[in-house]
Amino acid sequence: MEKPSAGLWRKIKPRYNLVGSQCKKCGSTYFPPRIVCKNCGRESRMEDRQFAGDGEVVSFTTIRVPPDTFKDEAPYIVGIIKLSEGPNVEGHIIDNGRKVEVGTKVKAAFRRMYVDGEEGLIYYHYKFEPI
Amino acid sequence: MSGIVGYGAHVPIYRIKVEEIAKVWGEDADAIKSGLNIREKSVPGRDEDAATIAVEAARRAVRHSGINPKEMGAVYVGSESHPYAVKPTATVVIESIGASSSVMAADLEFACKAGTAGIQAAMGLVDSGMIKYGMSIGADTSQGRPGDALEYTASAGGAAFIVGKDKHEVIANILKTVSYTSDTPDFWRREGAMFPTHSGRFTGEPGYFRHITGATKLMLETTGFKPVDFTYAVFHQPNGKFPMVVAKQLGFTEKQIEPGLLTPVIGNTYSGASMLGLASTLDVAKPGERILVTSFGSGAGSDSFIIEATENIDAKRGMATKVRGLIDSNKMYIDYATYLKDKDFIKGR
Ligand SMILES: [Zn+2]
Repeated sequence: MEKPSAGLWRKIKPRYNLVGSQCKKCGSTYFPPRIVCKNCGRESRMEDRQFAGDGEVVSFTTIRVPPDTFKDEAPYIVGIIKLSEGPNVEGHIIDNGRKVEVGTKVKAAFRRMYVDGEEGLIYYHYKFEPI
Repeated sequence: MSGIVGYGAHVPIYRIKVEEIAKVWGEDADAIKSGLNIREKSVPGRDEDAATIAVEAARRAVRHSGINPKEMGAVYVGSESHPYAVKPTATVVIESIGASSSVMAADLEFACKAGTAGIQAAMGLVDSGMIKYGMSIGADTSQGRPGDALEYTASAGGAAFIVGKDKHEVIANILKTVSYTSDTPDFWRREGAMFPTHSGRFTGEPGYFRHITGATKLMLETTGFKPVDFTYAVFHQPNGKFPMVVAKQLGFTEKQIEPGLLTPVIGNTYSGASMLGLASTLDVAKPGERILVTSFGSGAGSDSFIIEATENIDAKRGMATKVRGLIDSNKMYIDYATYLKDKDFIKGR
């Protein structure tokens, strides 16, 4: 069993609710959240931005040889999703029987990401489901 | 008077048919299907548990209600399959709906009726003016021991209800609630035990029937309403048969319970069952129509409610995720081997 990392508490909002950031100066959106805007540097004015969770598949791959954490999940699909608000987000794509292709429309769902053994934490996370 | 300002549901997309389970144990599928009035049941995905189901239902309820989640004053989650023994499911829910940190939150447990007990608690807090909105969720991923009769019915799903009292927001008034409770050991699960134990096929009479009838009769006697005064009725549904029998005993018709009778197609969602039945009934209820709801939890007790749809129900319908739509729109049938793997029932892995 692992102890939760010190930063875990800060990661809950992004992981549960797709909370990223947006620069008020130029409008650029980021996920995961950034402290400094890539365009505006020292001029950037960042604020939290919760993304709606709909988007489309930009690229994907099927994992057949998973890390230990996901050994019982394989095969499973991970992909890069372009959110409707702009940023590209990496995430697991749920197998709901619908075909996954580049351009497949998806929406965010709330799922268990992994369970740390018999006694450790249960990690919840967004995943994407094809619609 | 408090009422419902929004509701939401979640049912996993995976299904297993009665035939698939029956063939493993050499049982007669047709006899089970007609005896229990069930065709198939929902099965949670490997990455779903009572918390993820509660969150999906809660998010849909918030969207349907149109309220600001920062104004949520209390969140209760009723389940008999909370993912942690110690670490409240309600904490995961409040974070995932964007509630403020000043929210009251707790997990409840009363077998299949903890979610309706949470609605009663929320009503009290709203009516007293302590909070503006309260949410109660019933969600479960129930377990049936392989080979046990419960294996045909124990399924997964949940529903969330938001209680408020602004008459411009309430889609259905809750006219009254009563409970009927006793110490009846019909069904239990000890701490750490993987599967529940039940007293066998004779538990229906002292458990389900006595408590549902006790609460419903108490409600009818104290309000003067008769079964004909309700357009719809919802009773807890551990299988598809019991609610039909108890409805008939109490003087309700099959037509009254039809919109809320979901167990034949999704199984017994435990804490979700009567609440999903109510949500599915509200999906079709018109202004002025009354619904009688009586839940049941082993151990044992029943909560009964009289709910009356208001003019607002039609206006908010567009934001609701219809329960029947959720159940029918996307289904994936799995075989028994996949079912065992997904439920982590395979030893030596
Ligand atoms: Zn910028």
